[in-house]
Amino acid sequence: MAQDAVDKAVDTFPKFLLVNARERGHRPAIREKDLGIWQTWTWAQVKEEVKALALGLKELGVERGDKVAIIGSNKPRLYWSMCATQSIGGIPVPVYQDAVADEMAFVLAHAGAKVAIVENQEQVDKVLSISDRLPSITHVIYDEPRGLRDYDHTRLKWLNEIQDIGRKAMETKYSGDAWEKMIAEGKGSDIAVILYTSGTTGNPKGVMLTYESVVVSSRNANAFDNLTEKEEVIAYLPMAWVGDHIFSYAQSYVAGYTVNCPESPETIIEDRREIGTSYAFAPPRVYENLLTLTMVRMEDAGRVKRAMFHYFLGHARKWGEKILNKEPVPILARLIYWLGDILVYGPMKNRYGFTNVRVAYTAGEAIGPEIFRYYRSLGINLKQLYGQTEASVYITAQPDGEIYADTVGKPSPDVEIKIEQNGEVLFRSPGVFAGYYKDPDKTAETKTPDGWVKSGDAGFFDPKTGHLKIIDRAKDVGKLKDGTLFAPKYIENKLKFYPNIKEAVALGDKRDYVTVMLNIDLVSVGSWAERNNVIYGSYQELAAHPRVYEMLAEHVDEVNRSLSEEGPMAGAQIKRFLILHKELDADDGELTRTQKVRRGFIAERYGPLAEGLYNGAKEVDITTELTFEDGRKGNISARVRIQDMKTHPPAAAPMDKAA
Amino acid sequence: MRAPDETVIKAGQTLLSVENVSLSFGGVKAIRNVSFDIKKGEIRAIIGPNGAGKTSMLNVINGFYHPQEGEITFKGVKRKKMRPHDAATGGIARTFQNVALFKSMTTLDNIMAGRTLKMNKNFFWQLLRYGPAEQEEIQHRRKVEEIIDFLEIQHIRRVPVGRLPYGLQKRVELGRALAMEPELLLLDEPMAGMNLEEKEDMCRYVIDVNNHYGTTIALIEHDMGVVMDLANRVVVLDYGQKIADGTPDEVKADKAVIDAYLGVAH
Repeated sequence: MAQDAVDKAVDTFPKFLLVNARERGHRPAIREKDLGIWQTWTWAQVKEEVKALALGLKELGVERGDKVAIIGSNKPRLYWSMCATQSIGGIPVPVYQDAVADEMAFVLAHAGAKVAIVENQEQVDKVLSISDRLPSITHVIYDEPRGLRDYDHTRLKWLNEIQDIGRKAMETKYSGDAWEKMIAEGKGSDIAVILYTSGTTGNPKGVMLTYESVVVSSRNANAFDNLTEKEEVIAYLPMAWVGDHIFSYAQSYVAGYTVNCPESPETIIEDRREIGTSYAFAPPRVYENLLTLTMVRMEDAGRVKRAMFHYFLGHARKWGEKILNKEPVPILARLIYWLGDILVYGPMKNRYGFTNVRVAYTAGEAIGPEIFRYYRSLGINLKQLYGQTEASVYITAQPDGEIYADTVGKPSPDVEIKIEQNGEVLFRSPGVFAGYYKDPDKTAETKTPDGWVKSGDAGFFDPKTGHLKIIDRAKDVGKLKDGTLFAPKYIENKLKFYPNIKEAVALGDKRDYVTVMLNIDLVSVGSWAERNNVIYGSYQELAAHPRVYEMLAEHVDEVNRSLSEEGPMAGAQIKRFLILHKELDADDGELTRTQKVRRGFIAERYGPLAEGLYNGAKEVDITTELTFEDGRKGNISARVRIQDMKTHPPAAAPMDKAA
Repeated sequence: MRAPDETVIKAGQTLLSVENVSLSFGGVKAIRNVSFDIKKGEIRAIIGPNGAGKTSMLNVINGFYHPQEGEITFKGVKRKKMRPHDAATGGIARTFQNVALFKSMTTLDNIMAGRTLKMNKNFFWQLLRYGPAEQEEIQHRRKVEEIIDFLEIQHIRRVPVGRLPYGLQKRVELGRALAMEPELLLLDEPMAGMNLEEKEDMCRYVIDVNNHYGTTIALIEHDMGVVMDLANRVVVLDYGQKIADGTPDEVKADKAVIDAYLGVAH
């Protein structure tokens, strides 16, 4: 078909930019809220901006194959930097903006970045502080000039200056369609981007993705959910994360839809409400936070409102999902749901910014079934998907109408999946990565010669639905001393579904029994404390409060009961638990940059606590070092109490749920 | 409003000078014969133990108190008896030791209030809120939004300030003072009652204001670390008298200061 030929010819993002500027030049490409107003750039304008920037970079000496690091929160000019780099054959390397200097030094040095394009003074300071370790960097370019006036500007440049240089070059050296010719030189098989995975162990790995992989994945995803140029998305997840790269950059360029950049990280909820996104993506944590916030606020609401909220929520729980799935529903129930939509669901969706949402995804971690159903019952088409950086995101996704809280869906278009003997999930698709940058050994470990990629996750296909279920990281599934199967994440997720528990770390591999360390959720427990006259001066004090222990013990008991009903998991009930005196934090290396717990590291760091959990101690003293964002270190010491729990006998009715 | 004989002051020249000023309330002598100057573009700190007369000094500078003796010269003009309103139109803005905001108004409205003096259209036009008055409001709003952006308080734009934590209220107050586009900004203990992180933030904003807008700043502060980091020059008061004046290092080494303020050296 002719369309196919066109599709084949447009195989890089700069080429898509040219197409978009030509075919939908007047449509909004990207917006940013600045000075309280949404500023908009059309595709035609974006093309001009990118062109100026690209030629400016060329003049700075960026050649084909050079790496350009991009560091900062989601800003239009940083997205343009990505496309500008690609248009002259460079390879963008987005870096997590909240990485501490050491982490950043590793990535920049490993990638051998020639230029770093950064958001503001904070990032400039960070890059300058490690510049002696980065001989390859020739220039640092910043977007926001504030506070940088008095810096030494020999290697430091403002992005506007670069664009001015580019515009000058446009009139002389690169007049006419010189830039378009450079774009035409790009091929689908070139490396489009290198994304560093945060890595639960060891140093980050640079995942190289080709244009082909990213374009195919984006095209398939757009087709799967019928995404058009009319979609509105909000870009707020780290640019270095593959999800943001695909949703806010690749899919937008392919479909021509609009990306909105929030005013500041604190205003996202408000900004999302103003935009009314139609296609949304968020890790479960975001949905959890929204729900927690709603529940906390409802506790403070007037009696009438609260009664209304609970009544209609109950009704939605009963019928909402059925209406969304287009199942037959009695007329009266529909009528009440319609009323509820006017009085409760509608206003609430408006608050969340989900009034216009057609498709919303959650991925990255398991989502609590209650939370999942809550959003769906309000009429929000929330679905799950399973993805990895190595797959350009998409491995499986739930098709409309086939939604289950505990599966991750069916294989995405063009993706093949097989399950190994040990339960590990393998996948193969046109979207898989080209290799880890400068690391052929790791590449060979992960990717077989015939193209299968080891996901590192253990899972199985649910015979009833045909959907994939993920239980845990394959290497994390362990055994207790008596041979009982121990899937830590499975237990942790059950605990984390309670709003009072923010993080949980389960221990038990090669031990006698299962124990957990918990983090309280300060918003939720703090509000509870306020309502129950529990007085506390700090996070640490609240976490150690006997009544907080009591409350969490109830949650743990419920988890034990539910585990006791799950056949093979019944032996892995929680015998002892404690509440940590500090919040787990990525800056201390306890969480990954995508906020996943690093179990092994935590067990080591809190060694005395882990020991205490198994030697019968009632209380353990501990001193922990912590790192502030600017790299300074401090100490925190505490006495942590350990609580014993009762276990439940395995339930008689066996469940056919695999561990 | 520029007085006819006012001169344009360049960076490094004296913006304001205080000469032999004395102030007393009945029998209490709050300030005795104090002289110092503030140069354009600098950050000048006024320090001293409790009751040394620091806040009184600020009140004298912005015309709230009238010294019995001595002279104050601002932008080359000797000042006669004046009201705070005149000081404000003349280009002096300040923040207070205890936050003095309109608690039930939003952050945005509070900072807009700082633009009142710059509004030219009369009350009638503003009531009508159409045509020229609307144009004017848009201009002012833009300026205010720039300040909101500068101080990174977008997320509390529409929150009544009474509901904000103390550190943020202080920032809003700074925003309101900045809205006046002052030549001289007086900050009365901008970091009092703040935790370390809030202090660091506030320090950065003070430096940025000085750097970005070129605003001359005079501040009272108790935290010596802050003063040493921020100030170009420090004047030390004790019992209403000036006991030292110079760079932070000079002041730190001054015997009188160590005895009076920092305590006996350890």
